[in-house]
Amino acid sequence: MPSSPPRHGEGRGRLQQWLPKLVLAPSFALLLFFVYGFIVWTSYISFTDSGMLPDYTWVGLEQWSKLWRSWTWGIALHNIWVFGLLYIVSCTVLGLLLAILLDQRIRAEGVLRTIYLYPMALSFIVTGTAWQWFLNPGLGLEKTMRELGWESFTFNWLINADMAIYTIVIAAVWQATGFIMAMFLAGLRGIDGEMIKAAQIDGAPTWKIYARIIIPQLRPVFLSAIVVLAHLAIKSFDLVVAMTGGGPGNSTAVPATFMYSYAFSRNEMGIAAASAVFMLAVIAALIVPYLYSELRGGRS
Amino acid sequence: MSSAMPGRRSLSGARVMLYAVLCVFAVIYLTPLYVMLTTSFKSLEEIHQGNMLALPEQWTVTPWLDAWSGACIGLECNGVHGYFFNSISIVVPAVLISGLLGAFNGYVLTKWRFRGHKIVFGLILFSCFIPFQIVLLPMARVLGILQVANSTTGLVLVHVVYGIGFTTLFFRNFYESFPNELVRAAQLDGAGFFTLFFRILLPSSIPIIVVTVIWQFTNVWNDFLFGVSFSSGDSAPITVALNNLVNSSTGVKAYNVNMAAAMIAAVPTLIVYVLAGKYFLRGLMSGSVKG
Amino acid sequence: MSFMQDDDTGIDTMITTRLAVPLLASLLPLTLGLPVQAAETPDKGEVEVLNWWTSGGEARALGVLKSDLADQGIGWKNMPVAGGAGTNAMAVLRSRVTSGNPPTAAQVLGFDARDWAERGGLSYLDKVAQDMKWGDIFPQPLQDFAKYKGHWIGAPFEIHSTNWVWANKALMDKLGIEQPTTWTDFLASMKKARDAGYTGLAYGGQPWQDATVFENVMLATGGPDFYRKAFIDLDDATLRSDTMIKAFNNFRELLAYRDPNSSGRDWNLATAMVINDKALYQIMGDWAKGEFINANLAPDKDYLCFRTPGTQQAVTFNSDLMIMFKTDDTQQQALQDTMARAIASPGFQIAFSNNKGSVPARMDLPADELDACAQKGYEQVQAAAKNNTLMGSMAHGYAAQAAVKNAVFDIVSAFVNSSMPGDVAAEQMAMAIQDAK
Repeated sequence: MPSSPPRHGEGRGRLQQWLPKLVLAPSFALLLFFVYGFIVWTSYISFTDSGMLPDYTWVGLEQWSKLWRSWTWGIALHNIWVFGLLYIVSCTVLGLLLAILLDQRIRAEGVLRTIYLYPMALSFIVTGTAWQWFLNPGLGLEKTMRELGWESFTFNWLINADMAIYTIVIAAVWQATGFIMAMFLAGLRGIDGEMIKAAQIDGAPTWKIYARIIIPQLRPVFLSAIVVLAHLAIKSFDLVVAMTGGGPGNSTAVPATFMYSYAFSRNEMGIAAASAVFMLAVIAALIVPYLYSELRGGRS
Repeated sequence: MSSAMPGRRSLSGARVMLYAVLCVFAVIYLTPLYVMLTTSFKSLEEIHQGNMLALPEQWTVTPWLDAWSGACIGLECNGVHGYFFNSISIVVPAVLISGLLGAFNGYVLTKWRFRGHKIVFGLILFSCFIPFQIVLLPMARVLGILQVANSTTGLVLVHVVYGIGFTTLFFRNFYESFPNELVRAAQLDGAGFFTLFFRILLPSSIPIIVVTVIWQFTNVWNDFLFGVSFSSGDSAPITVALNNLVNSSTGVKAYNVNMAAAMIAAVPTLIVYVLAGKYFLRGLMSGSVKG
Repeated sequence: MSFMQDDDTGIDTMITTRLAVPLLASLLPLTLGLPVQAAETPDKGEVEVLNWWTSGGEARALGVLKSDLADQGIGWKNMPVAGGAGTNAMAVLRSRVTSGNPPTAAQVLGFDARDWAERGGLSYLDKVAQDMKWGDIFPQPLQDFAKYKGHWIGAPFEIHSTNWVWANKALMDKLGIEQPTTWTDFLASMKKARDAGYTGLAYGGQPWQDATVFENVMLATGGPDFYRKAFIDLDDATLRSDTMIKAFNNFRELLAYRDPNSSGRDWNLATAMVINDKALYQIMGDWAKGEFINANLAPDKDYLCFRTPGTQQAVTFNSDLMIMFKTDDTQQQALQDTMARAIASPGFQIAFSNNKGSVPARMDLPADELDACAQKGYEQVQAAAKNNTLMGSMAHGYAAQAAVKNAVFDIVSAFVNSSMPGDVAAEQMAMAIQDAK
């Protein structure tokens, strides 16, 4: 659609021409200030001596170098890498699997879909509370299994510094898989049936049809799913807070909790700002090309 | 909308397997909710002695009553009900204002295009994806300067600002497919900017309004980061209160009360989801794909 | 919930209980365009006091001040912000100050007081201090924090010490354990308890608690001079010394007497293990006493309190300071002076400590109104002040500024939660402290 501000007649013409922009202006101004202005401000702060309160003394890259030498930041980066990778892969694989299974003319599809997707409607704090209790060795799964007679069953990941991050992966995957499944399901339903029919007539086995014809056609869905999951992963904060609070020790710190703690309790505003800018940069590297291609291509 | 793999109806072994696998997943997905619910109806002794997966032997609503109006968060032992209403008083204005702004933006960006509209939209859209950590520090200052720090008013402002991106996206994509012929025809009849919007577009926007309201409602209700950063005490939303409640340790941990409080925090969004799951899904999808 | 939870890496405690802040109430008139002045201001005015004393004993202790002021016709507007050992409260304080609306007074710890003073905007309490001879009655190490560039900026409430062991007396008798006086005996007694099926050391695995126990071990391993050089002077060679490595190794040995579920446990739940005959000891500051009092237990009879073996000759302390914000209102200025005077008065100092588990910050009071543990503690604090072995606690922000403290937290809790060898830990901590300085 070629953009065409509908031309309008005489009298109110000028006003009518300005009105759309006037209506858009408040939102745009808000975002310019609260998003882009703030990005600039935070970036600037990351080069200053700010501690407890903002301090506009320029210190160059000092905060950045402190950030990269920080022990906890190292842990946070490692964790987000492990978490992000496992989260994206598990959600995508499980989501695709569930979508394919659901796409087999299942009788109770509606009900099952509702069940798979409901965690997405819950707050991570609620989910985290539930999982924390579920995985607590003294109360939850471990105790239950032992009571059921499996004496040696041990599942203490939540309080094990080396494994705690995986409990967060489990809860996060549980929360988001349904959503990814829904995306794939929509993708599957949009695939042209002709090629599949042809292949079936040729006697190709089902798995081959999926591997050769169907899944390759889902490429755009994969892309969207990965972008969405990656940006959710980098932003993940609530779930970590609710499940482990970053502990044991700092073993489940992620960049989002790192930033929060440096900003609000450690009084290291400069370092907090640097970590926030870093997070933004990573997300922007993912999102900007994605948005660009989405907006440029397609309709309009 | 046809399933990809047509054919075979008979209940072959493979199909039994298929149903079995799907059911196992359904059970896995439902278990945490089930455990939360049953735990919230048990007494503390039963929790410590009994099996996590068992139904309550003695059903009790005391944990729910406690969570609602008796549990201690810090020194105040008034339960979470005050925070529940805080959340409502944040959600309602935030959803209305951001929704209205989004509708106008979507309208302008599709039917009154100007040069650079794509850049403007791109800039608005990007705000959906930023890690909010980048705005926490300056926002804290601005809220302080505006004298709305630690108040629900402040949180309304925050949620409106960072909700505009999504609401604009929803309405823009919806109006994109609204026939231009109708718009033109109305214009020829002399309809101006607002008339056009309120008479022609808005009445047919019910589905997207529902999507937007549900999406914003869920997002704002479930928010934790802004709540925990910009509110304290009396003005905290339910998610923050829940986290405080769960992590308070005055003596014994009342897991049943914690679970009841978690359910209270979850109920509004769950109800919306169950009643309008279709629209919820649509919101999710347009948030990820261009829709 | 104690102000001691000076933890800021574990976000769970950080964002735990936030208390009802009547802040909304204070903002509401503004938004409604009503006059800010409250309708019913008592004759002598009203003070607004920001604090994070929200647990039973703490709130009771604060109530003493409130009623002291009420007796003088002064209104009290409490502004408690619970959670995160005051980190939440500090966040609220920052936003209040930034928006130009500071409270009358606020409770702060050690280096925070200095930070606020550096920024300017604090009232000086010099006149009251001179009248009451604060310079003579408060111990020097505390004065270092209560004074800034020669001016008094904070009124000290009390002195807490962090090198205490809390022991279950019944369990000791049952297992035939004598009160240990050396580190070796200390470990041996815990082994005895473990062999008998009890937990040797009730432990809460949160960064601030890790650091609290570690500073005990350090002090026991290297003595007061070592502690001072390492944690107060931040001397790099000392931080990398063999003694520091030994301290970490001793710490590792001690950690073996924890139970496996200690990770993330709150300190009061660990205290409850001692109370409920599950564990033999807990190493914790004297605020733990409040839990024993709540359980109706008597010192020396039901539980024992003694200095961590090997640290008998020194005291690591922390203390709450009340700072006041500068104001042009002469009535408020007078109120601030009155409040400072009330806090430093003998009656208040004793009543407050009796409620809170601490000992008076003034060194010139009779001890007979304190309980057995506090009497012992008060004597030791007085002796340590004389012998120059009263030293600020690292874990509670009285040894070094926040950045250093947090660097220590990071390494110590990484050590606790992994199998990091002692030499690596010492090296990492020295590096982290260098960076943070």
